[in-house]
Amino acid sequence: MIDKRVATLADAVAGISDGATVLIGGFGDSGVPVELVHALLDQGARDLTVVTNNAGSGERDVAALIRERRVRKIVCSYPRSAGSIWFETLWRAGEIELELVPQGTLSERMRAAGAGLGGFFTPTGADTLLAEGREIRVIGGRRHVFEAPLPGDVALIKAHRADRWGNLVYRTAARNFGPTMATAAALTVVQVDQFVELGELDPEAVVTPGIFVDRVVRVGAP
Amino acid sequence: MITPLSDVALARRVAADIPDGSYVNLGIGLPTLVADVAGPDKEIVYHSENGILGMGPAPAPGTGDPELINAGKQPVTLLPGGCFFHHTDAFVMMRGGHIDVTVLGAFQVSERGDLANWMTDVDMHPPAVGGAMDLAVGARRVLVMTTHVTRDGRPKLLPACTYPLTAAAVVDRVYTDLAVLDVTPGGFLVREMAAGLTAGELQERTAARLSFAGDVGVLATA
Repeated sequence: MIDKRVATLADAVAGISDGATVLIGGFGDSGVPVELVHALLDQGARDLTVVTNNAGSGERDVAALIRERRVRKIVCSYPRSAGSIWFETLWRAGEIELELVPQGTLSERMRAAGAGLGGFFTPTGADTLLAEGREIRVIGGRRHVFEAPLPGDVALIKAHRADRWGNLVYRTAARNFGPTMATAAALTVVQVDQFVELGELDPEAVVTPGIFVDRVVRVGAP
Repeated sequence: MITPLSDVALARRVAADIPDGSYVNLGIGLPTLVADVAGPDKEIVYHSENGILGMGPAPAPGTGDPELINAGKQPVTLLPGGCFFHHTDAFVMMRGGHIDVTVLGAFQVSERGDLANWMTDVDMHPPAVGGAMDLAVGARRVLVMTTHVTRDGRPKLLPACTYPLTAAAVVDRVYTDLAVLDVTPGGFLVREMAAGLTAGELQERTAARLSFAGDVGVLATA
């Protein structure tokens, strides 16, 4: 019997080790697995590499992880959101490493990891300082830069509904990086608003098939 | 007397060049005005990098979905026929040449169509690129919408960009508060100018050498 549901947020983040690479879904405040990130904060893992589009804002979720000095390195496309005070503070002090990646390249590098590919060549950034010192190949008359896959030890994502097999559907633009990150991590942990019985999700509309999911936890109101 | 275009008049001029039926991505900031002024006579499908096609205007106060936001992290709506998809697919659309038109802001544009719009050489903030590089290399037609000079009067249209590039040789047309210019193999070609402006006065405000079409039009101010 397959049952990927776990009872508590602590169970959901159990076993995440120091030094882990953690993929965290979300775009701005949309689709951020806030409760899972707070559970990771309580769980205590440190020296983390966090892969996420923005660097958090205010005092919660990714910003709180950074504030508590739990993040050694962040891989993201846009760390300069309004209110990303903690990232900026630690970055200025040289206490956090930043790997800046164009947003589509960030997503595609995770896709490559999830798809078992050894990377790809992209025109994005090929003529910019982000490609300095990197392998360039001219393909179809255009310069492309090589990008390596970006796998995670863990992915923390947010979806709307799950069944016990881990099939997922999302809500509106909260989907963002979730489906890609789910494929790219050794351990994919999902927080959802609702559990449903097997067969209740329309099979034509399942967005993330349960094969990519390891643990699901329900948060908030059922 | 020279009459520079207002932001709204500039947005109207850009909107006039977007064909009916286009799939369009508007950059954050000034370009978002284009959707506000585009008339109902054309059906334009707006794309957002966080996984939206058929994006509509801001919701009425108090009715928004907090997860349904645009690239600038502002609340938006979904029009009938619109849909959601994940980040990797959003960038397949951008990088893969499926977006017909993008309108982007700029710090600088060179006469060969190089675009610099993500960082300046005096930037004391952490670098942030988002989806700008993907959009610039991938959209079929790249339009730039900007003031002709910086706030302190320095030219933005240059023989070569001095700020780090977003992408090389990608800009097709530039719309400023003073002129509409095409990027051609021979450099900037002026198509239209603001009322009351002479060719000499426009050249004084432009570091790149300008050529002028045989029938330079006058930009509408309303």
